[in-house]
Amino acid sequence: MADTSTKICGIALANPTVLPAGFMGLSAGSLLRAAEAGAGAVTMKSAGKEPRAGHNTPVVASFEAGLLNAVGLSNAGADETVRELKKAVALCKAPVIASFFGKTADEFAEVAALLAEAKPAMLEANISCPNVHSEFGTPFAFDPAAAASVVAAVKEKTKMPLSVKLSPNTPAMLAVAEAVAAEGADAITAINTVGPGMLINIETRKPVLTNKTGGVSGAAIKPIAVRCVYELYGKAELPIIGVGGVSSGRDAVEMLMAGASAVGIGTAIMHRGLGVFGLVAREIAEFMDANGYSRVSQLVGAAHE
Amino acid sequence: MNELIAARIVGIENENGKVKTFILDCAMPAKAGQFVMLWLPGVGEKPISVSYVKPLGVSIAKVGEFSGRMHQLKEGAHVGLRGPYGNGFAARKRVAIVAGGYGAAPLALLAEQLKGKAVVVLGAKTKGELLFEQRIKKTGARLIACTDDGSYGRKGVVTDALAELLRNERFDAVCTCGPEVMMKKVFEMCEAAHVECFASLERYMKCGFGVCGQCVIDGQRVCADGPVFASHQLRTMSEFGKTKRDASGREIRI
Repeated sequence: MADTSTKICGIALANPTVLPAGFMGLSAGSLLRAAEAGAGAVTMKSAGKEPRAGHNTPVVASFEAGLLNAVGLSNAGADETVRELKKAVALCKAPVIASFFGKTADEFAEVAALLAEAKPAMLEANISCPNVHSEFGTPFAFDPAAAASVVAAVKEKTKMPLSVKLSPNTPAMLAVAEAVAAEGADAITAINTVGPGMLINIETRKPVLTNKTGGVSGAAIKPIAVRCVYELYGKAELPIIGVGGVSSGRDAVEMLMAGASAVGIGTAIMHRGLGVFGLVAREIAEFMDANGYSRVSQLVGAAHE
Repeated sequence: MNELIAARIVGIENENGKVKTFILDCAMPAKAGQFVMLWLPGVGEKPISVSYVKPLGVSIAKVGEFSGRMHQLKEGAHVGLRGPYGNGFAARKRVAIVAGGYGAAPLALLAEQLKGKAVVVLGAKTKGELLFEQRIKKTGARLIACTDDGSYGRKGVVTDALAELLRNERFDAVCTCGPEVMMKKVFEMCEAAHVECFASLERYMKCGFGVCGQCVIDGQRVCADGPVFASHQLRTMSEFGKTKRDASGREIRI
């Protein structure tokens, strides 16, 4: 069998699959479950400074090619998240990534410093949530200077490896990647959800989500995610966690070949269950065996050669 | 099943002063213990136990804003619906059913699906809050009604009646739904009596199909792995009967 292990910022993953932020990762028990199901790394749901209930339900709706969600950054707040994160780090064999957000660059840094106490393998700055414009203003991920200021503030507080989660919903994505790399970001996570989008129920004539709009995930966005990762690869000389629409080993290999070193799997849990991580890892190994690859590094960026 | 459908209310039944049953023109196949996500446009979306099947019916107590708005709806109104979700109760031969308060909704359906081959302990605070007494009687099940204040049936809590049953009879399983503190007690009694217990648990839910993690108890997703959990799972749950999470994910005491 091929060796499916991979590395991001020197952190070893047994296989390239990653539970991305926003799926399952509310509690240590959930993260452990995903890790035991075979995820190469697991990400805790984005934490902010204070507890947030998020938007009113419905916050998730499905359609034939994925999900629409506007959870609205609900989280238990930094203090409780640190306690849960400590438990997760102690329980999970797989590396734990701690996602976080803030209203200002300084708030990002403040939350990052708190989360770093729990010693996760990596921090991930969520500068790209598409569902909180009215409260937070334009996402930092839309503006290279704003994104860079977040990284600079975080890096001043902690030396822990930092990934920055980018938005596909801006023509500035590549400029943002270069700007955060220049400030010392260690990795890129791409992409956050696409859109926003909307679903309307025609009998009741109402948008389904209470927030009306939400970010699109799942199969519908895979070609967008693959294109973004392809464009980002080599651009900022940073390793990439490729996220968007991956549900099979073939999808994961496609994302690796676009330039990702690890691959997020979220919406696919809906159809393939939590076992999707182990299944995709096996499917990647089968593809590698069948096609003469012995290491994941041979796949990463292969579509650029 | 994850896609939202619109269903029309074709019948409304007053079950007691607080609970109304809404019958929907919806042929969704479901079994006892499963639930649907019920959407009221502009109000919200909640997980609700299936109370009747063919056609689908849900029984809703007026306890807050969502249920208050639901109670104002008239026949002909549309609600949104997705599901059915969850595993439902497992089938066993000699079953004792322990229902506390609103927990009677899925369990009355279970008694019907067991065709009356069950003993049902049905409890409420007072006579006016007993749910589905006639409906359960009609299944042919042996019914033991209990009220905390003694205004009807036995005076006392359901676990008193269950203790007697477990002492005097043999059961393959006890199926329970109701306040979690009550279910925890039922589970502990089953453990002592070496009888398998199935408890239908409830947590704050968002997606309903196992991706968001909001309803997780010790790694188990109430929506997708439950809501009915068996003894071997209940044994491993440190949060069962103790803590739950609010909409933000903060742990709060039960």
